[in-house]
Amino acid sequence: MLQAIILILLCQLAGEVTVLLLGLPFPGPVLGMLLMFVGLLIRGETPPALKAFSDSLLRYLALLFVPAGVGLMVHFGLVARDWLPILAALVASTALAMMVTMVVLSALIRLRERRHGR
Amino acid sequence: MDDEFTDIWAFLAASPLLWLTMTLVVFQLSLWLNRRLGGSMVLHPVLLSMALLIGILLLTGTDYDTYFAGAQFIHFMLGPATVALAIPLYENRHQIRQLLIPLLVAGVVGAFVAAGSAVMVAAALGADRVTLLSLAPKSVTSPIAMGIAEKLGGLPSLTAALVLLTGAIGCMLSPLLIRLLRIQDDRVKGFALGLSAHGFGTAQAFGISATAGAFAGLGLSLAGILTAFLLPGVAPWLPGLMWS
Repeated sequence: MLQAIILILLCQLAGEVTVLLLGLPFPGPVLGMLLMFVGLLIRGETPPALKAFSDSLLRYLALLFVPAGVGLMVHFGLVARDWLPILAALVASTALAMMVTMVVLSALIRLRERRHGR
Repeated sequence: MDDEFTDIWAFLAASPLLWLTMTLVVFQLSLWLNRRLGGSMVLHPVLLSMALLIGILLLTGTDYDTYFAGAQFIHFMLGPATVALAIPLYENRHQIRQLLIPLLVAGVVGAFVAAGSAVMVAAALGADRVTLLSLAPKSVTSPIAMGIAEKLGGLPSLTAALVLLTGAIGCMLSPLLIRLLRIQDDRVKGFALGLSAHGFGTAQAFGISATAGAFAGLGLSLAGILTAFLLPGVAPWLPGLMWS
């Protein structure tokens, strides 16, 4: 358990430091995830303790967004100014993006399976 | 008696313990309520918790900074959780490698549609330029989105709010869209959720299955990285931004 926490925090720390040093356009934890992924590839298996810790962390992933979500109260004024275009844009684009992604991905998967099936 | 209560409240309201505990209790209550109501998406546990907590803060006259002093301990775990996404990703590496090209193509198309259609709809309805620029990166996880908005000349704090709304809307719409398109493949469901609704969608995908969660984590990272590198180059060519 402790080793799993240390491993995860070390990856995050290395990610944050690298992003700062190289001025990369994405956040440290994302690079930390890549580092962890590469580490697992090299090791060739997930240590059971790491798997158990990450499973319990990811099971409550939704909870982790609540504090930032409550921050919406600070932005009421900003969102209220252009609320109709904003709401319409968010609903339409989220629905479109989700549908297009699902259609394209399932079509490509089907195409691939058919080609490999022969 | 009344004075005593005020004193205790003054102490509690200023300590991180109260708002940390309150966040956990409210989330547990929301989970329970959501389950009792048959998992209704309008009462998504995150949305319900947000609404309840904002209500409590407004009623008690507590500002967000005071609340966040306690809630930051939960917020902090987002970083380690992002790193932990590597584990389901690794466990599904064979499937991901098999589908690398389809995933990349769907990722580029989906990320482009998310940003492009948001700007076009808002521009058609007469939103101002700053709003449009803040809107463009809204499908991406908030730390990346805020960085992009800053680069484009939008308002990072507005972008943060739009990112949250996008996540919430994505979670509400996804069961409907999945049923509408008759998607049965958890890999497709998860990838689309992570790509279009970032962390909120990923959390929801883990509720579908571990495979859906892994592909959502992949969608989230891909959308973030693609948008960070491509949007600043593409944005000037989007309708509504091109002429002003």
